[in-house]
Amino acid sequence: MSALTDQIAAIEREASDAIAAAPGTAELEEVRIRYLGRRADLPNLLRGVAQLPPEERAATGRAANEARRALEAAIEQRAGELAAAELDARLLQDRVDVTLPADPLPALGRLHLMTRTQREIEDVFLGLGFNVAEGPEVETVYYNFDALNHAPTHPARLETDTYYLRQEGEFDLFDGDTRLLRVHTSPAQIHAMESGPPPLYIIVPGRVYRPDAIDATHLPQFHQIEGLAVDEDVTLADLKGTLLRFARAIFGDEREVRLRPHFFPFTEPSVEVDVSCFHCTQGITPDGRRCSVCKGTAWIEILGSGMVDPNVFAHVGAPGYDPERVQGFAFGMGIERIAMLRHGVTDLRLFYDDDIRFLEQF
Amino acid sequence: MRVPLEWLHEYCAPDLDVFALAERLAMTGTEVERVETHGVSGLEHFVVGKVLDARQHPDADRLRVCQVDTGDGECSQIVCGAPNVATGQTVAVARPGAVMPTGVRLKVAKLRGQLSNGMILAEDEVAIGIDHDGIMVLSDGLAAGTPLTEVLPLSTDVLVLEITPNRPDCLAVYGIAREAHAATGAPLAAPPWTRDPGVPGPVADARVTVECPDLCPRFTARVFEDVTVGPSPAWLKARLMAAGQRPISNVVDVTNYVMLLIGQPLHAFDLDRVAGGELVVRRARDGETVRTLDGQARTLTSDMVLIADDDGPTSIAGVMGGARSEVSQATTRVLMEVATWDGANVHRTSLALGLRSEASGRNEKGLAPEQAMDAQVLATQLMIEVCGARVAPGTIDVGYSEPTRPAAAIRLRDARVSGLLGVEVPRSRSAEILTALQFTVADAADGLDVTVPAFRRADVTREADLIEEVSRLGALQDLPASLPSRRGASGRLTDRQRLRRHAADALTAQGLHEIIGWSFESPETAERLRLRDRFPIDLRNPMSAEQARLRTTLLGSLLDVAQRNRARGAAVVRLFEAGAVYAMRDDVPVEPYHIAALLIGPVRPPTWRDGAPPAADVFAAKGVLAGLLDAVRLPWTVRAADPPEPFLHPGRAARVDLGDRDAGWLGEIHPSVAALWDLTDPVAALELDLEDAAELLAVPRYRDLTSFPAVREDLAVIVADGVTAAEVIAIVREAGGALLTGAEVFDVYRDEQRIGVGNVSLALRLQFQASDRTLTDAEVATRRRKIAAALTDRLRGRVRDS
Ligand SMILES: [Zn+2]
Repeated sequence: MSALTDQIAAIEREASDAIAAAPGTAELEEVRIRYLGRRADLPNLLRGVAQLPPEERAATGRAANEARRALEAAIEQRAGELAAAELDARLLQDRVDVTLPADPLPALGRLHLMTRTQREIEDVFLGLGFNVAEGPEVETVYYNFDALNHAPTHPARLETDTYYLRQEGEFDLFDGDTRLLRVHTSPAQIHAMESGPPPLYIIVPGRVYRPDAIDATHLPQFHQIEGLAVDEDVTLADLKGTLLRFARAIFGDEREVRLRPHFFPFTEPSVEVDVSCFHCTQGITPDGRRCSVCKGTAWIEILGSGMVDPNVFAHVGAPGYDPERVQGFAFGMGIERIAMLRHGVTDLRLFYDDDIRFLEQF
Repeated sequence: MRVPLEWLHEYCAPDLDVFALAERLAMTGTEVERVETHGVSGLEHFVVGKVLDARQHPDADRLRVCQVDTGDGECSQIVCGAPNVATGQTVAVARPGAVMPTGVRLKVAKLRGQLSNGMILAEDEVAIGIDHDGIMVLSDGLAAGTPLTEVLPLSTDVLVLEITPNRPDCLAVYGIAREAHAATGAPLAAPPWTRDPGVPGPVADARVTVECPDLCPRFTARVFEDVTVGPSPAWLKARLMAAGQRPISNVVDVTNYVMLLIGQPLHAFDLDRVAGGELVVRRARDGETVRTLDGQARTLTSDMVLIADDDGPTSIAGVMGGARSEVSQATTRVLMEVATWDGANVHRTSLALGLRSEASGRNEKGLAPEQAMDAQVLATQLMIEVCGARVAPGTIDVGYSEPTRPAAAIRLRDARVSGLLGVEVPRSRSAEILTALQFTVADAADGLDVTVPAFRRADVTREADLIEEVSRLGALQDLPASLPSRRGASGRLTDRQRLRRHAADALTAQGLHEIIGWSFESPETAERLRLRDRFPIDLRNPMSAEQARLRTTLLGSLLDVAQRNRARGAAVVRLFEAGAVYAMRDDVPVEPYHIAALLIGPVRPPTWRDGAPPAADVFAAKGVLAGLLDAVRLPWTVRAADPPEPFLHPGRAARVDLGDRDAGWLGEIHPSVAALWDLTDPVAALELDLEDAAELLAVPRYRDLTSFPAVREDLAVIVADGVTAAEVIAIVREAGGALLTGAEVFDVYRDEQRIGVGNVSLALRLQFQASDRTLTDAEVATRRRKIAAALTDRLRGRVRDS
């Protein structure tokens, strides 16, 4: 052992202590400069190795190099420890009040309740094998009334019940070409049958118009969905089954439907369809009151329907619609009414007021 | 139609309470609007009383204080205001506890200091008549304390029915009795018109000529002598009141009673006021006038039918009688007219005159001629019974002859019944139902031969109509629920329908709420939007001026909704609507499908860290447009609008092309226009015509963008300020060729010192890529030089080296 190697060992010990004691990265850098910098003892010792006797050179040089590598490793390790601790300290400084409001991405908008309901109904019937058809809103007396077997005396033809277009020349309520706003989606039945032979399974959603004074249950404009199935053997029982599927999809799997005879000019037999009330049992609400939704009857009327009247097929006159060979059912329902029942909306006017606080609820 | 249960029970009395009967009728096709009680309730408090003493009230001139024996052993004091009350009368008394038709429950009261234990009744007070001039004086044979219900028709339940237009036979109590019979099996009484006190043959004092038999298939008339016009008996008045018909006089009441009972209108003439004793049924001359019973002068046209006498028109046929020959208190001779009219003609007349009556509402349905004589017979019975009249010999009956052959039967095939309904109905059950409804049935090989009664002739003409009868009474209750076989049918949305759904979803994904506006708008909206030459569709009969026109743009409803929501405090308004707009094109109405959006307020929600994000402007609208059209994969371009839409900010307006078709606009609403909707912040909006957009959709083809890397480079070019970014990009794309797969502006820079006055520097981000190789630096450099050269050549742009 030479004095030189002792000296190296002493420096290494001293430096190791200093590294371990360095409180921060800045102090550690000072330690590094002091022990490993250009003017530090250890590099100087290494430079002095050349002057040593040859038999000492190798051992001393090796010792000095090992000491330097050991110190470098210690500094690196210590630097890592210190940096992690300092980052943690800095992050703690960066503390925020996490209870402050969030920074949201822009919120999604909503489809209008009418559209949502329309799509859900469409999807039910798409699943039942129906296509979605369309028809014009500006119609003629022929398509809106005549072809749908409305007697000339039918009160719906009156100007109090139907919007007519302002036109040049003399106005004639009974002229088939006189233009009007459709009062129901049913004219689309005729257009659909005129455009292709049976089998025909369609629904037709769309706007309809009636000159009603505005109140909580009446508007001059609303939306309907028409349904039409024409085939060789479509029956009234099929209508019931189809509407039962619809009623259960929209109002819940426990629903039943019942058919009540009625009159519509374009169906024979005609029925109104009631769905069992989903707010009560036998007309009585869970808190023992008479149900206001079904007025205590346990049934809610949801739509009108029936078997297509042979006269309608005869009016279509298109190939394939011989009333002796084909038959079918048709139905029509108000979309807003379905939405109101389902979501408990009590005022039809809300649908067209478009208050954002209403729109955001659905 | 109001059907008093008490009246109905005379002809059919099912053993059901009124609600059960209502339910049964509703479930077999007679819609019941509601069940009402007509008249009083608390019936035990209504009794016969004897006025033992009636003297003047000490403190009221008009009142009398009566002591009344009501049969309970004690004498009740009742204060009475009627002038005719007198000692010794037998009267109708309501005691405390009685509930009057108004719903008021009587209590012991003090009138001007005198105790009153109830009321002595006038007929209007219990809604069995309209007389309020005095109390009812009853027969002296009645004992005090006799329940009043045994004496007077005090109360009845009333079925308020909604009769569908195909069933004029049900606008009649006897018609409802038929339905009740078929629906419940309770026996049906014989028709009330079977016993005829009159006789056929000529009538001495009256003549009728029908000049237009096509419009008047049957006209019957009888003459009644020695008529005493006066009030009807209580039972008759009470029935009319319960049915909602005001009693007038016995003769008029008879006509109304018969109409309500069997559905056939009739009219009574004062024969002495029929000039010349002859009625002529003819078409009116244009401009001829009639003064109708309601006192109005009506001007007729030659499409209308009237009844005239020697002095001219006296009645509008089938609609309303005339004032001139009206029955009055002085009438002693009545000519009773019961006629059958052409329904469509009555309907048109009543429409044209704006005159609807109980008679026209029935006649316009086209009644059976057989019914005319039924009504005549029934009226004869009642004229004798109620008006003390004597029927003069003979019956005028013009235009009708008994059919020589029975009506043709309709075949009801068993197979057709089950084939249409989807459930087997035994032939015997069909026969039972139809027989109960007064049809005649006979067995046939494959079903039944059915003959329709006259009163259903207009409604039931085909096999399908018979099936409806069978269905409503025999099949609906237990109908199975099956599904159609749907051979060959499968449901799917069309491309166009899917595009619409995607478009709406793409807008909600960007934070826009969907609204639904009115298809109607005010003509004023077009003025506010400065729109001209849109060929709008106007309504003939709008509900109001605000709804007189169909919209030609969705912008009006968006602005309306924005205005409402802003007024209610909404800071941010991000809305869209999708739907039709309307216009005339070459004289044909068109309804293209539009989608439109409107943005007001900050583009991002303000937060505590960023309190004032920029407000939506033309670029926000463009962002929404891009978000929409890229999501639905429609090819689009935006170009400067020249000229801009009149309602847009002229410097911030653009047109949008879909494919190579002009399809709409975007921009900021002109501040002066926005101000008309009270909107002071910038309003960004867009509107597109998507009617034919689905034609532009194609199935996207795969492109390899991942196998070889893209090279991104920036390039800055200084051009004159008037050059648009679109022009620069177009030239860059052309020069860049197929290898240039992306080019967009990422910075815009103006600096007079560094790039000169009137210049703008656009920084472009370019992307080069090939799908079959990794591009070399040399290839990219070549492209870049070509782009730089093109910009210099064509725009005199200076490309700054990066
Ligand atoms: Zn309920």
